[in-house]
Amino acid sequence: MENPYLPYPVRIDKIITETEDRNLKTFRFVFLNPEDEEKFAYTPGQFAELSIAGKGEIPIGIASSPTEKGFVTFTVNKTGLVTTYLHNMNEGDVMGIRGPLGNWYPWDEMEGKNVIIVGGGFAFTTLRSSIISMIDPANRSKFKDITVVYGARTPGMLLYKDELAEWEQRDDINMHITVDGTDDPDWKYNTGFVPTITEEKITSADNAIAIVCGPPIMIKFTQPVLEKLGFPPERIILSLEMRMKCGIGICGRCNIGDQYVCKDGPVFSLAQLKEMPSEY
Amino acid sequence: MLKYAEKIKETALKLFNENRVDTFIGYKKGSVPMMNEPVFVTDPDKVDQLYWDSFCGLNLCNYLTKRTDKIGIVANGCNSRNIVTHIIENQIKREQIYIVGIPCEGMIDHRAVMRAVKYKEILNVQENGDKFLVKGADFEETFEKEKFLQGNCATCTHRNPVIYDEILGDPVEEQTGVDPFKDVKKIEEMDPAKKQAFFTRLISRCIRCYACRNSCPLCYCPTCFVDESTPQWVGKSSDPTDTMTFHFLRAYHCAGRCTDCGACERVCPMGISMRQFTKKLNKDCQDLFSWEAGLTLDQRPPLDVYKPDDYNDFIK
Amino acid sequence: MTDKIFSKEEWLGGLEALRKTYGVFVPVKDGDFHTFMPFDKGNIPDFDYQNSRLSPKSVVYPQSERLFEYTLDKADSEADIVKESPKDYSPRAVVGIRPCDVQAFQIVKRNFDNPEYRDPWWVQHFESTTLVGLGCNEPCSTCFCTEVGGGPFNQEGLDVLIFDMGETYLLRGLTDKGEALLGKITGGSPADDQALKNAEDLAASASKKITSSIPTDKLKEKVTNDLFNAPFWEEIAFACLNCGTCTFLCPTCWCFDIQDEVLGKEGDRIRNWDSCMFPLFTLHGSGHNPRDNKFQRVRQRFMHKLKYYVDKYDNGVQCSGCGRCVRYCPVNIDIREVCNLMNNY
Repeated sequence: MENPYLPYPVRIDKIITETEDRNLKTFRFVFLNPEDEEKFAYTPGQFAELSIAGKGEIPIGIASSPTEKGFVTFTVNKTGLVTTYLHNMNEGDVMGIRGPLGNWYPWDEMEGKNVIIVGGGFAFTTLRSSIISMIDPANRSKFKDITVVYGARTPGMLLYKDELAEWEQRDDINMHITVDGTDDPDWKYNTGFVPTITEEKITSADNAIAIVCGPPIMIKFTQPVLEKLGFPPERIILSLEMRMKCGIGICGRCNIGDQYVCKDGPVFSLAQLKEMPSEY
Repeated sequence: MLKYAEKIKETALKLFNENRVDTFIGYKKGSVPMMNEPVFVTDPDKVDQLYWDSFCGLNLCNYLTKRTDKIGIVANGCNSRNIVTHIIENQIKREQIYIVGIPCEGMIDHRAVMRAVKYKEILNVQENGDKFLVKGADFEETFEKEKFLQGNCATCTHRNPVIYDEILGDPVEEQTGVDPFKDVKKIEEMDPAKKQAFFTRLISRCIRCYACRNSCPLCYCPTCFVDESTPQWVGKSSDPTDTMTFHFLRAYHCAGRCTDCGACERVCPMGISMRQFTKKLNKDCQDLFSWEAGLTLDQRPPLDVYKPDDYNDFIK
Repeated sequence: MTDKIFSKEEWLGGLEALRKTYGVFVPVKDGDFHTFMPFDKGNIPDFDYQNSRLSPKSVVYPQSERLFEYTLDKADSEADIVKESPKDYSPRAVVGIRPCDVQAFQIVKRNFDNPEYRDPWWVQHFESTTLVGLGCNEPCSTCFCTEVGGGPFNQEGLDVLIFDMGETYLLRGLTDKGEALLGKITGGSPADDQALKNAEDLAASASKKITSSIPTDKLKEKVTNDLFNAPFWEEIAFACLNCGTCTFLCPTCWCFDIQDEVLGKEGDRIRNWDSCMFPLFTLHGSGHNPRDNKFQRVRQRFMHKLKYYVDKYDNGVQCSGCGRCVRYCPVNIDIREVCNLMNNY
């Protein structure tokens, strides 16, 4: 019988340290059995359970885009038992991934609309997946203007620095990079909190959907900015986190109201969240 | 013990009216026979639900730790000793609490009553002085309370509260000639293999619900050792070795602090004689340090202090 | 649908015969209470009981179950790859289970066996188990199965139903699985009309004996956030010890934890019953805990059982009225009172 708890074996292909405090690393995985990659077909917004035998599993958003073939990448923050062990692993080590799990950003609804993406800190991972997917030539024409506001505490804490710089140069995407503060005199981009920069750069909610992904404090201050612009709760999209174990809506631990964050989420619109108990 | 119920209500009302307390912690009558529910009353209009009888075998001091309000609380002998321990361990300040002392005549072991009626369903239990009447659908029987006391109450030598702001009755005579460690001595005499078998059988039913730990006023650690994950000290499955580790280590953490209130045994859903773990440690503290927990505010427990004349026999 | 009468001795003989085909589980007296245990030399069945303390959910869903195993020995070519542990799904029969516990399996099945994901272990254990229920002639004062869509002789989910007629048992096969089991027992005689009538009367009078009243009719129409923010939760939760008694004894509670345990170079991935009552249940790696207050956890349990499940599956509450939580809660928090409060809020 098919077993949704059984991970696909993968090998760590590449490890990149993303941030200056070394707490965030991007891991690129390659499937040991090539046919597993097809079975793992995913959509930006989804997550997977990274499974390390002897340690446990962790739910991490998928950072690579389905347009990138041959591998899957995840950016992981060092926080606890499993993530610390993962950070000490080497290229070539074997582990497992289970997925893809959860729902995805509302791509059907986003077609034909202006897409606003607001991200902060290391919540940017599934947003990278979304951006690469959107600007891929096969997909770009489906969307109108794409505007991204992404910030971190300092320049050293930004993820995917090279790609950010690349996107900033492109003219089919309005990229606004910001940091809370910096002493670096050569800092080319914005300085200011994400909600502040969002208020500056986003001028209209017309035919637009906003995806907001970041620490609770960032969401708390960005939400009123978007609402003032005229975004109705149905067009503000959030991605939540929760402690998870099974990831498939069976073990019962990640519920908010009658919704499982692992199965009915992690992507929810603000309109949905307003109906749900405020317990996250 | 029913006589205290009215007095508790009156005292609580008085304390609210005099603004001496913000909260009053007591019991209210349970919805099933032989059970009562701990309750906290903040509204003087609700003091009528306060109740007391011989089925108040939980330990209300469990609800005291780290509270910041002014609290009135009912306390019998063993419970009052737990309050002393809490004060010494800085879990509550003496000024915060108003202790309503109750000289206790012992609590009834509800499981012994069930056995006595051969497990027929009990619908109602009514206390009457030193007897109690048990009614079922098709039977009625009267029992003598003395024969159905909880294990710890039968051998209790501290029935009167040791600390209180007011006491609701005359002190009762303390029992003499009772040996609370009779069963501990029997276990001490067993050879290691028999001891191992005894304890293995004792915890074989444990389902790791942690009711014992959670009902114990001594267990107030923000994160219990069984819940640590970095590193993980104890496994979380029903594996017998992990279960044994939990019970023994918890007992050691209670050494010199346990007042044998019996709450752990009362709450265990599987009917495990929980006190077999802690009583040995209580006996050791008495033998080695002449110590019984919670009797005085002036001395710290033996595992807290070092005295030059502490016994050294274990150093070989 | 076979209806057969057995004398009580014939039935015990029949149980012995069943052991050739099934792993048979029966209620056995264990100290002060009954537990479902395998029927073998050491364990004598005792059907003269109201209900077991631990629900028989552990026959299908054990408290600790090894899911996967792996080796961490790098010399092994399959190191670090988790592999399914071999399982034994040979047929089992749980005999003497009460209809409330059987209805509970149907309630829990919606969680473990749904269109998107099927839990292979729960589903295969359940499908290989035949449920032979014993109707309750004397429901307890704490039972309320009739209030939640069940009943002391409820047939939902049962393969065979036994009516205890005093000197004899009337056995009714309800499903193919049940008929297959009855086919393995020789003896017994077809039930005559009088026996059938007596059985129906028995069932009807048993239902009338249930006195607890917990209305659940208005739960579905309530607004979730109204109930969530109601003022009565702090008061309900005060006494709660946040132990696992209610969740572990409850036949409809299903939450579990997955743990990896390693000894030397070999390891297992096991699942254990977990409880929303425990503070660790929702603790994030970052240290944030959405339910770090006791009353939030108590609220979660009752909201889940009486509201979220109702909304999610539109098939009644997540409770079969067995009454175990009412009788065994160490501080006497009574779900009947809470449900009344919620339904009438």
